Amino acid sequence: MSQPGKVLLHAEKVTKVYPGTVALDAVDFNIYEGKVNVLIGENGAGKSTLMKILAGVEEATSGRLILQGKEIAPRSPREAAALGIGIIYQELNLFPNLNVAENIFMAHEYTLGGVVVDHRSQENRARDLLAQLEQPINPRTLVADLRIGQQQIVEIAKAMALDARILIMDEPTSALSTTEVEVLFRVIRELKAQGVSIVYISHKLEELMQIGDYVTVLRDGELVAEAPMHTVNLSWIVANMVGRDANRQYEPQAHEIGEILLSVRNLTLPRPSGSGFVLEDISFDLHTGEILGFYGLMGSGRTEVFECLMGLLPYTAGTITLDGKVTRSPHIRERIEQGLMLIPEDRQREGLVQTMSVHNNMIIASLQRYLAGMMLSRNKERNAVESYIKELSIKVSNPDNLISSLSGGNQQKVVVGKALLTAPRVLLMDEPTRGIDVGAKQEIFDIVVQLAQQGLGIIFVSTELKEVMAIADRVIVMSKGRITREFTRAEATEQALVEASAIGHGVTQTPETIGA
Amino acid sequence: MMQQTETPSPALGAVPSAKSSTFGMSVSKVLLRLRAFIALFLIFGFFAIINDSFLSSSNLIILTKQVAINAILGIGMTYVILAGGIDLSVGSIVGLAGMIAGALINEGLILELFGITVYFNVMIVILLTLVVGMLIGLVNGIIITRFNVAPFIATLGMLYVARGLALLSNSGATYPNLIGSPALGNTGFPELGAGTFLELPYSIWIMLVLTIIAIFLSQKTPFGRQVYAIGGNERAAQLSGVRVKRVKTLTYVISGFCAAMVGLIISSQLVSAHPATGDTFELNAIAAVVLGGTSLAGGRGTILGTLIGAFVIGVLRNGMVLEGLSSFWQIVITGVVIILAVIIDQLQARLQQRDV
Repeated sequence: MSQPGKVLLHAEKVTKVYPGTVALDAVDFNIYEGKVNVLIGENGAGKSTLMKILAGVEEATSGRLILQGKEIAPRSPREAAALGIGIIYQELNLFPNLNVAENIFMAHEYTLGGVVVDHRSQENRARDLLAQLEQPINPRTLVADLRIGQQQIVEIAKAMALDARILIMDEPTSALSTTEVEVLFRVIRELKAQGVSIVYISHKLEELMQIGDYVTVLRDGELVAEAPMHTVNLSWIVANMVGRDANRQYEPQAHEIGEILLSVRNLTLPRPSGSGFVLEDISFDLHTGEILGFYGLMGSGRTEVFECLMGLLPYTAGTITLDGKVTRSPHIRERIEQGLMLIPEDRQREGLVQTMSVHNNMIIASLQRYLAGMMLSRNKERNAVESYIKELSIKVSNPDNLISSLSGGNQQKVVVGKALLTAPRVLLMDEPTRGIDVGAKQEIFDIVVQLAQQGLGIIFVSTELKEVMAIADRVIVMSKGRITREFTRAEATEQALVEASAIGHGVTQTPETIGA
Repeated sequence: MMQQTETPSPALGAVPSAKSSTFGMSVSKVLLRLRAFIALFLIFGFFAIINDSFLSSSNLIILTKQVAINAILGIGMTYVILAGGIDLSVGSIVGLAGMIAGALINEGLILELFGITVYFNVMIVILLTLVVGMLIGLVNGIIITRFNVAPFIATLGMLYVARGLALLSNSGATYPNLIGSPALGNTGFPELGAGTFLELPYSIWIMLVLTIIAIFLSQKTPFGRQVYAIGGNERAAQLSGVRVKRVKTLTYVISGFCAAMVGLIISSQLVSAHPATGDTFELNAIAAVVLGGTSLAGGRGTILGTLIGAFVIGVLRNGMVLEGLSSFWQIVITGVVIILAVIIDQLQARLQQRDV
C-alpha cells in the first residue's frame, strides 16, 4: 500500500464543454493498476462526465487519454470495450423484456457460426458470473421480474462479462442492501487481485473509505486533490468536496419566522411490496416565513415526503395540518387549492409541457383565476404572466415563445412562476437548482428568500450540501425513510449533515475512517 | 477614397444579406405553417381549372356535404389525439347511432314490463341517440383512464362491440323508410339530411357550428388548455393540478357525440339505417386530423387544421370522381397525400428545432 502504484490510464487536461457550461476544466485523472480508484465530488462536479468520456459515450472537447503509454480516443462504448474499459452506469441500462443472460451478453453475444445465438454457453457463463456475485439468479429470468438490487447485480455481471481491464462503477450500490454491498466489495477485491483496475464513484463516503485505494476529488469541473486513501480521513474528503472555505458565500436577508403553518405528524408510507417502509414516522413543523431545508442521499425519502404532502402517494398513517386544518383529500388539485404547491425535481419530465409556450406553461396550474364568465380572458392571463415574468426577471422576448427556447435557469423560473400563480402558502421545492448555472442559482435563492419575507413557508430539498446550508433556517436530515437529525442554522455543519445522512446505511464507521 | 471604398462596403454587404436570410427563413416558416391551407388551395385550383363542372354550386354543395361527415368526426378525433389518445370506435358508433335512431322511429321503445311501446318525437330521438354516443365515449374514457387500458386497445375493442350491437339491433337488417307516421307524431327525421337553411344543407351548418364551438372550447376554456397540456406532458399536467382522468374521459365523450351526430346525419340523408354504415370512417377521421397538422403524439394541433384536412381529402376525392378516375386510384392517391403530409410535418419539426 505504501509504494506508489503503477498508472494504467492517465487522463491529461481533459476538458468538456457543453453549450452554456464547462463540465470539466482541464482535469487530470489517474487510474492505478489493480487498485480501486475512488472519484468523489458533489452533484455536478463532473464525475459522470469524466467517466462517460473514458467509456466512449462522450467525446472530450480537448485533452488526451493515455492507456499504457498509448493515446486512445474511444468514440463509442464498443470501442472502449475493445480497449478493455467497461462501465456500470448510475442509471440501470437493462432491457426488462429480455432475460438475464440475454442482457449480460447484449451486443457481444456468444454465437454458433456467427449467426445463431449460443444460448447454452451464454447461460452457463452468466450462471458462473452470478455465482461469483453470490446471486443464484436463474439466467433465464426476465430482468423485469428482478428486484432493483438484483438488477444492479446483473448490471455488474454485465460489466464483468467484458473481461475489462478497467471497470468503472458509477454509484453501483445505490440500490443494494447491506449484504449485497458486502458481496460486491468482496468481488471488487477479487477483481483487484486479478489485476483489474476499478474506478469507483459513490456518494456514500464511509463506503468509499472502506473500499478505496486512491481518492480523487472533483469540484465544479476541476480537479481539487488526489491522494492515497490511507493518508486521508473523512473530514479531509468533505473539506475538499465542499471547498476549503467552508464559510457560507450566501447570506440570506433577514426574514421573520412566524406561527406554525404546516404540521406533519407520524407520516408513514409502506413499500409497495409490503415489506418495510419508504417513509417511517415523519414528523415536523414548518412556520410562516421559514425556509426549511431537507437533506438526504438519493432514496432517503425526501421526494416521497413531498409526494405525500401533495396527495400523490397513498400514505397509510399520519396527519398533515395546514393552517390549523387537517388536509384529507387525496387529490393534488384540492391540495393546490388549500395552498400547497410543488416545484418538481425533474423540470423536463414533471415541471414543464415542452409543446406549450412560456405563457401557457405559467398559467396551466391556475386557469380558474382568469375566467371571465365561461371564457378565459386573454387580458387577465397576460397580466398575470407578465407580472411574474417581471418579478422573477425571466428572460424571454415574447411569452408566446416555446418554453424550450429558454435557458435552464429561465425554464426553472417559469416553473416557479407557475407555482406562485396558484397563490400558495407552502412551497415545496425539490432540487430547484439542479442543472442551472451559478448565476441563475443565485437568482433562485434570492426569490426563495423574498418569498419567505412575504410569509410563505418553504421547504427546500437538495442533495447539494452547500445549498441547503446556505439558504435554510433549519435543516432536517433524512436517511432510509426516517428523520435522523434536525439542525438549526447555527448548528449545521457539513460534516454533521453528511454523518446524519449516513445513519442506517449499514457500513459501520471504523475508528480509523473517522478519526482525524 | 480608401476609406470610402473599404470601410463601409463590408457593412453594407453584410446587412442586406443577413436581413434577407432571416426574411427568407420566416417566409419559409410561414409557408410551412400554412401548408395544409396552401395544399388545399392548390388542389382546389387545380380541379377548378381542369374541370368545368367542379366550381358549379351544386358540385360544391355535394362536396361540402361529404366533407361535413369527415370533418365532424375529425373534430371529436382532434380532441382525443391532442390529449395523447386515439379513438378507433367512431366508425362503429356512426353505425350504431343510425340503428338506434332507426329503431326508435320505426319500432319505438318497447317497454315489456308495462306491455307498451313508446314512440318519441324526432327531436327526442335525436337527443337520445346523441346521449348514447356520449355514453359510449364515456365508457371508452373510463376503460382508458380508470383501468389503464391503452387507448388503441380500448377503442379497438369498442369498435367491435359497437359494430356488433349495431348488427344485433335488427338482426343485421336495415331499418328502411325512416319517415315516421303522423299518427305516432314522429315524422320529420329525413328533414335533418334533406333540409336546407339559406340554401345550404343542415349538415353543413352543423359542421360549421360544431367547428366554431370546438375552436372556442379548445382556445378559450380551461378544458381546452388542459387538453393541450395533457397531450404535451401528462405528468406535468397532473402535478399542476389538472384532473387528467376527467379531461381525457371528456375528450372521448366529445368524440362519441360527434360520431353519433354523423350517424344521425347519414341515416337521415339515406332515410334508412344500415348496420354497416361508418365502416373505416375512423381512419378517414384520423387522416383528416393528421393532414391538418395535428401530431399523433399529442399536444400539438388545431381544430381548424382538421377542418382543412377534411377539405383536402374531400376536394381530392370529388375532383378525381369528376375526372372519372378509377375509385381504386383515388384510394392510392389519398394514401400518398397523407404520407406526404406527415413527411412535411417532420421537416417542419426539424426546422423549428434548428431555429431554436
